[in-house]
Amino acid sequence: MYRYFKTIRLFWSTAFASQLEYQLNFLIELLAMLGTLLGSVFILSLFFTGGRQLGDWTWESALVIQGVYTFLDGLTNALLRPNLTEIVNYVREGTLDYVLLKPIDSQFWLSVKKFSFAGLPEIILGLSIVFWASIQTGSSFSIYSLSVFIISLFIGFIILYSVWFLIAASSIWFVKTWNATEVLRALLAAGRYPISAYPIILRFIFTLVLPVAFLTTFPAEAILGDLKLHILFFGLMLSSVFFVLSRLFWKFALRHYTSASS
Amino acid sequence: MRIFGLSFKVIKTLLTTQYAYMLEYRIEIALWALSGVLPFIMFSLWSQNDVGNTFGLNDIGLARYFLSAFLVRQFSVVWVVFSFEEDSLSGRLSPYLLQPLHPLLRYVAAHLAEQATRLPFALAIAITFFILNPSSFWIPSLPQVFLAYLSTHLAFSIAFLLQSLVAALCFWTEKSSALERLIFVPYLFLSGLLVPLAAFPSNVLKVAMLTPFPYLINFPAKILSGMTVDIFNGFLAQILWISILIPSVNILWKFGVKRYTAMGA
Repeated sequence: MYRYFKTIRLFWSTAFASQLEYQLNFLIELLAMLGTLLGSVFILSLFFTGGRQLGDWTWESALVIQGVYTFLDGLTNALLRPNLTEIVNYVREGTLDYVLLKPIDSQFWLSVKKFSFAGLPEIILGLSIVFWASIQTGSSFSIYSLSVFIISLFIGFIILYSVWFLIAASSIWFVKTWNATEVLRALLAAGRYPISAYPIILRFIFTLVLPVAFLTTFPAEAILGDLKLHILFFGLMLSSVFFVLSRLFWKFALRHYTSASS
Repeated sequence: MRIFGLSFKVIKTLLTTQYAYMLEYRIEIALWALSGVLPFIMFSLWSQNDVGNTFGLNDIGLARYFLSAFLVRQFSVVWVVFSFEEDSLSGRLSPYLLQPLHPLLRYVAAHLAEQATRLPFALAIAITFFILNPSSFWIPSLPQVFLAYLSTHLAFSIAFLLQSLVAALCFWTEKSSALERLIFVPYLFLSGLLVPLAAFPSNVLKVAMLTPFPYLINFPAKILSGMTVDIFNGFLAQILWISILIPSVNILWKFGVKRYTAMGA
């Protein structure tokens, strides 16, 4: 176990050193992030014109969802996107061979090799919005609501990671479908808004088929103190199933890996 | 007959080779088409929450607008900066620069070929949308189709030129695709992909209309969906933006090529 922590430290400190070379990039990401946030809050405000509500969510509580989305988007930009979009390149160029030869778990190596520090401000800003907006709704935090919030964020992240990894791993067979992750990203944008604002069919799909609800709506309910415990337990089970599935699928995929250009 | 200084034969060869190349990536292009579902997600939100009335659109109007927005986006999507950056970093650009053909025209041909490959997938998605929302079905009149077709092409030209401007920065920096985000973010919110611009408060709308973005989605989509639209001023603005952007790209490109260092060669 210690070995894995030490490896992550090494990975991320080299990533930090190499990214110092591109400081302008950091600034651009920051600007793009602020622009995105401004735009999303503006679009969200259009739903509330004339004193209406968005699927029984008030303006402040809908902002909590925006905060959770921003936080997860930051994690995506920092960790998931840099790592998981590379998998197809390893497969296409045959460099996956070198990864498999390393004396460390290959899924671990592929998932944490890189860390983009430009995603950090988004993570911090997302959490700040969550706390600021939930104070605005008048809800008070307790150790209980905070821990439920952290657990549900964790559930959301594990589901997001597993679905993304499943798609990325399928590139072992179908190199040409690498941009299926773009379809996933487009669908995940649905998470900017509360799940109850969607028509019934989409609500069903976004809860059970592609569990967007577990990524943003349920963590937001958790910090507002509205999350039902059975949903939390269901989320724990669902995320474990997704994670185990991603693991088994990777092992299965590797048995079909035939290497390229070697 | 020569177009952009190219003979008809050159154009035909460019387009047919690029089309053959794109046909090989059918699945990939189908997935790109599918990743444009954002207007449909937004449609389900706006109609479910009954917000359309506040800006004068009923459910059918909303459905038609967002389907049109989806189609316009399908045929005005631009990715030149990403191909260009890859070609520039891997040194593939060097032979292109030696040929008596402007490298940007090669990318134009690639985009047009990709749009042709995309057509059946975009139509399949549109038909699925009509099956799910049969009441929104409509057949636009011939002049509408023609004008929408024309304005979508002009929208594509504006988007292509805007991104070429960023791509030309590849001559100065290695990661100009990161700069593309700074165009994409205002595009996403001001183009009308997420909401018809009619929903904007009037002061925001005024600022938005000063940018090229509303002419990329909102204007062609309004024509296609049959909403009332100021056709003359819309086309005028599109042509104006193109005539500003072409010389800008040309100048930046000329200065850039002088700095080209043939990376990776």
